[in-house]
Amino acid sequence: MTTMTTVPEDARPQVGPRLTANRLPRWTPPAVAAGSIAVGCGIGAAAGLQSHLQWGLISALLFLVGGYLISAQVEGRRQAKDRFATSVVWVAFILAVVPLVSLTVYTVQQGIGVVNGNFLSHSMKGVIQSGPGGGIYHALLGTLQQVGLATLIAAPLGLLTAVYLVEYGRGRLAKAVTFFVDVMTGVPSIVAGLFILSLWNLALGFSYSGFSGSLALAILMIPVVVRSTEEMLKLVPNELREASYALGVPKWKTILRIVLPTAIGGITTGVMLAVARITGETAPVMMLVFGADYINSNPFDGPQQSLPMYIWQQYSVVNNDFGYARAWGAALVLIAFVMGLNLIARGIARWRSPKGGH
Amino acid sequence: MTSSSPAAPRGRERRPRDSRVGDKIFMNLARGAGILLLVIMAAIAGFLAWRSGMALSNNNGNFLTTFEWTPDAPKPVFGIAVLAFGTIVSALIAMVIAVPVAIGIALFISHYAPRRIAQPFAYLVDLLAAVPSIVYGLWGALFLIPHMDGLTSWLNQYLGWTYLFDQTRTGTPRNLFTVGILLAIMILPIITAVSREVFRQVPRMHEEAALALGATRWEMIRTAVLPFGRPGIISASMLGLGRALGETIAVAVVLSANSVLSLHILDAGGGTFAQNIALKFAEAGNNGRDALMASGLVLFVITLLVNGAARLIIARRKEYSGANA
Amino acid sequence: MAKRIDVSGLSAYYGTTKAIEDISMSIEPRSVTAFIGPSGCGKSTFLRTLNRMHEVIPGARVEGKVLLDDENLYASNVDPVAVRRSIGMVFQRPNPFPTMSIYDNVVAGLRLAGVKKKSVLDDVVERSLKGANLWKEVHNRLNKPGAGLSGGQQQRLCIARAIAVEPQVLLMDEPCSALDPISTLAIEDLIGELKSQFTIVIVTHNMQQAARVSDRTAFFNLAGVGQPGKLIELDDTQRIFSNPSVQATEDYISGRFG
Repeated sequence: MTTMTTVPEDARPQVGPRLTANRLPRWTPPAVAAGSIAVGCGIGAAAGLQSHLQWGLISALLFLVGGYLISAQVEGRRQAKDRFATSVVWVAFILAVVPLVSLTVYTVQQGIGVVNGNFLSHSMKGVIQSGPGGGIYHALLGTLQQVGLATLIAAPLGLLTAVYLVEYGRGRLAKAVTFFVDVMTGVPSIVAGLFILSLWNLALGFSYSGFSGSLALAILMIPVVVRSTEEMLKLVPNELREASYALGVPKWKTILRIVLPTAIGGITTGVMLAVARITGETAPVMMLVFGADYINSNPFDGPQQSLPMYIWQQYSVVNNDFGYARAWGAALVLIAFVMGLNLIARGIARWRSPKGGH
Repeated sequence: MTSSSPAAPRGRERRPRDSRVGDKIFMNLARGAGILLLVIMAAIAGFLAWRSGMALSNNNGNFLTTFEWTPDAPKPVFGIAVLAFGTIVSALIAMVIAVPVAIGIALFISHYAPRRIAQPFAYLVDLLAAVPSIVYGLWGALFLIPHMDGLTSWLNQYLGWTYLFDQTRTGTPRNLFTVGILLAIMILPIITAVSREVFRQVPRMHEEAALALGATRWEMIRTAVLPFGRPGIISASMLGLGRALGETIAVAVVLSANSVLSLHILDAGGGTFAQNIALKFAEAGNNGRDALMASGLVLFVITLLVNGAARLIIARRKEYSGANA
Repeated sequence: MAKRIDVSGLSAYYGTTKAIEDISMSIEPRSVTAFIGPSGCGKSTFLRTLNRMHEVIPGARVEGKVLLDDENLYASNVDPVAVRRSIGMVFQRPNPFPTMSIYDNVVAGLRLAGVKKKSVLDDVVERSLKGANLWKEVHNRLNKPGAGLSGGQQQRLCIARAIAVEPQVLLMDEPCSALDPISTLAIEDLIGELKSQFTIVIVTHNMQQAARVSDRTAFFNLAGVGQPGKLIELDDTQRIFSNPSVQATEDYISGRFG
């Protein structure tokens, strides 16, 4: 096998495809994009289409079709398809950016002029709803209390359930719990509200209060906490547990002193993301907390207000420019709060992430 | 350290020892939490069913086919035909728009975007998921709807022959189509996030196998990435569908509710389960509430089925990929 | 069906790191050329520059020339996709497409090229699987998933997939490193048969394997960690293993390092 086989390069048949192909220059896609936008805007302006949405759609369509045709002419069908796919993916990206940017910019634009010290520190008590003035203090307070109570219920329950699933869970019960945690993630918030309404208010006879809203929020929060905590506990290496058992530490203390502290960063992140999620929930709060114009600092007695519900009422009940303005102001505060929680949570996750902490 | 004996004796021991008691208490606490969760799920179904039964026994219409919703009338008549139709149609519109776009975005992040853009953009999409639905609703009502006017008349003008886009009544575009678009924007992040993770898990060696055979980037994605990711895409879409079906407040803000059932999706009006509950709840009487509970139960069952299906697909995928690890 | 490869002045980078430096060599058609050398010496990187697979890694780039007969693979109007069709590749770990049947795996390349006719595809499947010495084992279960085969069978399936598109050159990146000795033997026999049709380049960690299968052997080495890999010498396999002209090669062959 070690003899060299030099095959004479005799009459080789012309085989295989050509290596060279007509290629469009690198600046083609941006050029096509620019051209499409120009033509799209031109058509839009010429046809007098007032909505820029249409201008954009025409441009996107031109970009896709134009890019495909040019490439098909020069490079052939396979390359054209490849370029078409690339264009589609880029258009999808832009389609996603547009509403995101629009939503944030519009909210900030509309809300920034409204939010000030007065707005944050006053309720709607004694304010004529259809007129200017008033604030969100009562709603802010209500939201904080309701979300806080919901977290007090959901976080321990979710944590314990996750501990059960990861550390003890074997057999049918654990499987059932896992499955229903997943299913529970999909329970519509309005259904959670209806359930608490029928149980707490109708069957047990309690009246509207911040707390009954918290119960519904807790139902929405539990599965999120369980899922994220479960993932974090699974990341804790088994060697740590075994090392602790080997020292004669009982299992429950191992979990409390070793496993949970190791995963605490990730768990905190999960809980905060869950809090962010329920803070924006409107539907159950609307049914159970009822809404109030005044400050009610007792979540266990009587109607309260909450930020999402406040926005809803300002929009649908007041339904004039003053109402819209207050709604935008509250929306800005709400988004800022939720985004802030998200950023902090992800910050914690990143800070503690690589080894899950020590 | 309550117990310092390294090897606890085997078998059941009557003598109470600190560590054993502690272990038992803690374990039962944890198990209790799990059981409580099951109880809550059962209770949700149970209570809604109980209330629904009361409402249905008072119903003088057919619950499934009646259009009207007048449960508090002296002779109560109510049915979910319009609501079921609106819920499903708006969710379907959302899916038709959101799934392809989400797959595109996911591919953009996992395979197309330059790295410097991909990471922050993925992050932005995740943040988009955190925006409360009431804010989407407000944006939809005050920003999107005015901008939908042109598009609506356009679709009516050029695609009116499809029946679907035929606009028979003029008015603000507070219709199922607009709701569908808004829902699509709202479920984009969740579908994108799940698909993106699946696409990232495609083993590099499969992608290289395709490239080495002379595949273009798109052909590589079609032969290696999409088949591998298909179960993930399906379950991601189901999760999105579940959210779209249950979305309440954004729909309540954008859709003008009436009891018309029409496939002309550009005509204003219609209704969804969740929207109906949110709007009718405040002024509902006893029977009205029970009727709303009945509709809520139907919604609950539908989302349960959709989510269950998604989970089953994910579970199957796990086995499947394990076999090829 | 086989072409010669002439490399001149080739360097490859990952981002700012230079992985291989200034490599020039000729690879004869219808022969087996083996690349040996210690880990990290750049032999796999070099192999991947030969069919422009190196550049699919983000940030990776190549300088220099690779001539396939007389065409430079890195000329500006060359389509890398066409290059990869002409120069097939078999990877370190068997990587049949997990969602495809054995049949679909073999014809994957042809389907990409737009071949649809069933009779043509059937022929190719049979010819390629026979060429890869796999036909006898799988001909009655062509519609079963390729991932259900043993590791050695999967690797031969990958070889069948690579030769189904009739490339001029076949690159193999440590094709036996994930296989047991018996499967390895089967692949080595196969390489011996394939060289009558293809130009074969094989990267291997196993010096005995290089000695068994190759006609010519190239030894790569690196000056130190973080330094780029270089070609030390290329010669007939017999000479490399009996009487190499560079001391470093002899040290490596005789097991003094690496």
